[in-house]
Amino acid sequence: MGPLAPNELISENTNFLLAFFIGIAFGWVLESSGFSSSRKLAGIFYGYDAVVLKVFFTGAITCMLGLLFMSLFGWIDLDLVYVNPTYLTSAIIGGVIMGAGFIMGGFCPGTSFCGAAIGKIDAMVFVGGLFIGVYGFAFTYPLWEKMYMARYLGEPKVSEKLGMSDGLFGLLLIVAALCMFAVAEWAEKKFPREEY
Amino acid sequence: MSNNTTNERSRRYLNPYLGGVLLGLVLLAANFVSGRGLGASGAVKSVVATTIETVNKDAVNTMPFMKEYSGSHSGNPMKSWLVFEMLGVLVGGFLSGAVAGRLKLKVEHSPKITSKRRLVFALAGGILFGLGSQLGRGCTSGSALSGMAVLSMGGFITMMAIFGTAFALAYFFRRNWI
Repeated sequence: MGPLAPNELISENTNFLLAFFIGIAFGWVLESSGFSSSRKLAGIFYGYDAVVLKVFFTGAITCMLGLLFMSLFGWIDLDLVYVNPTYLTSAIIGGVIMGAGFIMGGFCPGTSFCGAAIGKIDAMVFVGGLFIGVYGFAFTYPLWEKMYMARYLGEPKVSEKLGMSDGLFGLLLIVAALCMFAVAEWAEKKFPREEY
Repeated sequence: MSNNTTNERSRRYLNPYLGGVLLGLVLLAANFVSGRGLGASGAVKSVVATTIETVNKDAVNTMPFMKEYSGSHSGNPMKSWLVFEMLGVLVGGFLSGAVAGRLKLKVEHSPKITSKRRLVFALAGGILFGLGSQLGRGCTSGSALSGMAVLSMGGFITMMAIFGTAFALAYFFRRNWI
């Protein structure tokens, strides 16, 4: 049955229309969770607000479990679901550059669009920076090309690499998330902030 | 009194765990419908590709990164899943902000720093995030969140690199936030 578009159960245009509605839900959830505020987002790095950690990990785990169950019930063919390829070098260096951008700018791309949508000028400026950064990468691509393509490992699942089943890895991820949530709740009490 | 009401309103956020479950369901819906997760930086790339093409058609061919992208997205680069999704994000974010009474044109920053300083850092952060997202083949949404949900090893690595670096550098930028 699923995924619908790769199985050609819906047309390309229907897929785009659904993308728009899924985007509305995505933007709604991000904004109503407080992701339109850079000061709330940056809170995780100083302990005063761990909303990023809680929403992010709960989201990833919910979807992961949903996919595992839907696959179990035969509702979705996981072989048709895109698994991000792993280019080890660029995954790490790209992530490091993004991390520096996160602590400086207080947003990531999705959340900056959300902040811009409700009138945050700092978010609009961040979005402007994104365009410059993407253009800059494309413009200087020959300098990055070797790094961009280095150490390609295919599309491995982390569970495969660790030699365990998807289910067992999922369980361990849930336990790890619960431990992190406990630390987060403690930190929010220890480093409280009045108003931001 | 009115000030208090404003504060009350701005605090009326979803419970984060409920927000996380809802985010997970949205991500699940994206995978079920399109066979791919959510994303954000990909839409920026589409707009940049379109702009370059519009301004100077030949420029695309001199930029291997964009040429490859145009090649894999036949037709209009704006006709992409992520572009429609991000248009939705703008609408959804706006609606949520409107309902909660959070629509306001302002520069949000710590009282300890100036608006100008905040904007300079926001621009620098945006540039770095834009660049890093292209090198890392996706940002926090497309690579880290969506990648983790499908157990992609690259997704987990990028997630750890993003958050690990931000934690490691937090001390040096503390004046901006606390």
